[in-house]
Amino acid sequence: MENKTAYIAMENIVKTFGKVVANNNINFSVNKGEIHALLGENGAGKSTLMNMLSGIYIPDSGSIYVEGKPVVFSAPKDAINAGIGMVHQHFKLVDVMTAEENVILGQKGGLLFDRQDGEKITALAERFELGIDLHKRVADMSVGEKQNLEILKVLYRGARILILDEPTAVLTPQETEKLFRIMRKMKEDGCAVIFISHKMNEVMAVTDKITVLRRGETIQTLNTAETNPQQLTELMVGRPMDLAVKRLEQERGPEAIRVEHLTVKKLEGVPALDNVSFNMYAGEILSVAGIAGSGQKELCEAIAGLQKVDEGHIYFRNEDLVGKSPKEIAAKGISMSFVPEDRLGMGLVAGMDMVHNLLLKQYQNQKGWFLNKKAALVKAEEITEKFEINTPGVRNHPVKNLSGGNIQKVLLGRELDNQPEVLITAYPVRGLDIMTCHKIYDILNEEKKKGVAVLFIAEDLDVLLALGDRVMVLANGEVTGIVDAKTTSKEEIGLMMLGQHQKKEGKHLA
Amino acid sequence: MLKVVKKAESSAGKKVLINVIGILAALLTAAVFLALSGFNPLEVYGAMLKGSFGTHYRFTQTVINAVPLIILSLGISVAFKMKYWNIGAEGQMMMGAFLGAYFALYHSTWPKPVLLVVMLLAGCVGGGLWALIPAWLRAKFNTSEAITTLMLNYVAIKWIVYLQYGPWKDPKAFGFPKMPNFTDSAILPSLGGIHIGWVIALVLVVVIYLFMNHSKAGFEIAILGESENTARYVGINISKTILSAAFISGALCGLTGIIQASAVTNNLSSALASGIGYTAIITAWLSGLSAPVIVIVCSLFAILTQGASYIQTAFGISASVASVLQALILFFVLGSDFFTKYQLVWQEKKKGAN
Repeated sequence: MENKTAYIAMENIVKTFGKVVANNNINFSVNKGEIHALLGENGAGKSTLMNMLSGIYIPDSGSIYVEGKPVVFSAPKDAINAGIGMVHQHFKLVDVMTAEENVILGQKGGLLFDRQDGEKITALAERFELGIDLHKRVADMSVGEKQNLEILKVLYRGARILILDEPTAVLTPQETEKLFRIMRKMKEDGCAVIFISHKMNEVMAVTDKITVLRRGETIQTLNTAETNPQQLTELMVGRPMDLAVKRLEQERGPEAIRVEHLTVKKLEGVPALDNVSFNMYAGEILSVAGIAGSGQKELCEAIAGLQKVDEGHIYFRNEDLVGKSPKEIAAKGISMSFVPEDRLGMGLVAGMDMVHNLLLKQYQNQKGWFLNKKAALVKAEEITEKFEINTPGVRNHPVKNLSGGNIQKVLLGRELDNQPEVLITAYPVRGLDIMTCHKIYDILNEEKKKGVAVLFIAEDLDVLLALGDRVMVLANGEVTGIVDAKTTSKEEIGLMMLGQHQKKEGKHLA
Repeated sequence: MLKVVKKAESSAGKKVLINVIGILAALLTAAVFLALSGFNPLEVYGAMLKGSFGTHYRFTQTVINAVPLIILSLGISVAFKMKYWNIGAEGQMMMGAFLGAYFALYHSTWPKPVLLVVMLLAGCVGGGLWALIPAWLRAKFNTSEAITTLMLNYVAIKWIVYLQYGPWKDPKAFGFPKMPNFTDSAILPSLGGIHIGWVIALVLVVVIYLFMNHSKAGFEIAILGESENTARYVGINISKTILSAAFISGALCGLTGIIQASAVTNNLSSALASGIGYTAIITAWLSGLSAPVIVIVCSLFAILTQGASYIQTAFGISASVASVLQALILFFVLGSDFFTKYQLVWQEKKKGAN
């Protein structure tokens, strides 16, 4: 292996968007046969840098070298020709076509199928042990299979340098392991893999080198063997910080919500939730694990009164909430807060300022025809202070212009202000930086301490296990198990996420 | 090569500046066009101002042009705020005028104040009910209101044509297909030399401003416009909100119809709207759906229309030249909106990788 010149080198890369400097003098290089992690918080400039390497953006200044030769990418096809392939977070596959057709799609020669192509694809898939059935339709594939198909696609286009943008965000632990095996296989084959992630344990497990970015600058490149998560976090955040997510140990209170045989059907009659039963208790965090789209959204919306329920009951102190609108639920004196997954599209009005967003939950209780904005204005100032929201002003500044973390704080601030007894949170930390994530975990713990029954849906299994008291696993709309967070393992939950029911001998925690 | 790049949202002051530059650029371009056609652009522009403000009569005409535009734009802005694309102002105006005219023609013996109030209310109801048809289809079957409201315009106009040639044809018009003129008791009075519609328009500007910015119902319309999911989340009755906003929108358009019929043409005819319902879409949009700004934009439009019709007679400029002038201004102002969101940057064309 030639170690003198790096396979890919990016030198003094600068990229600005208007006044925002996304990348400032970034230096980054990857060798052949290396798995290199790009680590950094949201907005650190990881995606911008990789978009320049894959020809989507053009750097303002700086140079890119492939095997020591300077190159200029002005379109994605230039990068592909140079052997660079990127697998994006959001898959770009055609559902109704087979794996093979998806690989060939967009290649020269159109859809005219050539036996040689088929053989070449099969050979590639076998070489890297991708384990894809080439004649399976994408619509029938699991998320993990789709991801592998995306990898096959870029490999087929001749990529020797693979960029994976947060590939594990949507995978089960088992699928993640498989992906790591593929990555190692590619490394043995002499490819270079760039792995974007903010999951520290994965980065430690699979990479050889790590480059940390912060606020658009390269902070340091380290050998994975010579560092540890604590040091990496410090480099990412810029100061020491406690990484541990702590569960608040306390006796749970009385039952708050009892869900019995809940069934929700989609338009096509396919069940989105299938005979779901569980309980929530005051002063307890119930984590919900599951592959995206396993019924989480429908579950939240059903409890909040936004989803038509086909069968079953949701009891709150023996009052059945099924068939009641959010207004009717509130009128019963049931104080429930719901932090939906889609913050700007559902929880908040993106184009309105903070005052009006707080008014959303106040105006219906006001008398008369007109809005009283005074109370909301006071509340806005209060919440801004309490949650340390960074905003240019609570009036006349649309919330969509705030950063993701601040948007979430506005939403949480409003929802918690109602002094709820039940708190439903769907992916409350998605896309937020580490500092804000921990702030939000603390807030959830505080609510638990106050005796609120918390439903906590998230992607990160480590956090689900660390923060929750019990973990409920959803797979294809079914509850495949409810386990004690203290005694279960990620592997056990991973199997349940794939639809395997909890082992019968295990104690079922109702 | 020139590249279009999205930029941060412009401040309010900058937006105004960009729009003003747009108008100036339009006038400049139009000046070149006028000069090429053999006119002195400065004289023409001067004459346009003189045409809209020069005499009391001309000023009156300008105001009369502005009134329907303002009320229609207000109506349209209510629907547009909900992202409900009501393209049916034209038809709603016709149906409002139709229902109002029924009282004007068949109950002309009622005392004048009673008759006028009933006519105005009937105008609102006529336009509102007409607007409810597509709104109901949208709420029930999620049909595209942009299509249905537009199609209903033709239905409404043909209905008036039918009345004009058939049952409501004026028997005293010697077979000429027109409807009878309104009697004096059905004609809106004047205030300050101009029919009272201008007072109604100004009052409505205040009412709609308060409604959209300070009332619960207006707030719900705005929420629904931003996101249906948020509206659901908050617990807003979506169908009810769509229906009521569409009714208000249609009612204002219908009101415009009966005001025009009563005060301006003094009768109902199929030519009553003749395109103003579409112009009002442009003015409502240019005003950013803000009631106070609607007054300004509609007044400018009225000046433009009035000035253009004056230069036709004063300079013998053909009607099409005046239309070109209007179109240019519109084009530039709408085009300048683009620059509040994007900017052009020069970027050197680079060679691809080898």
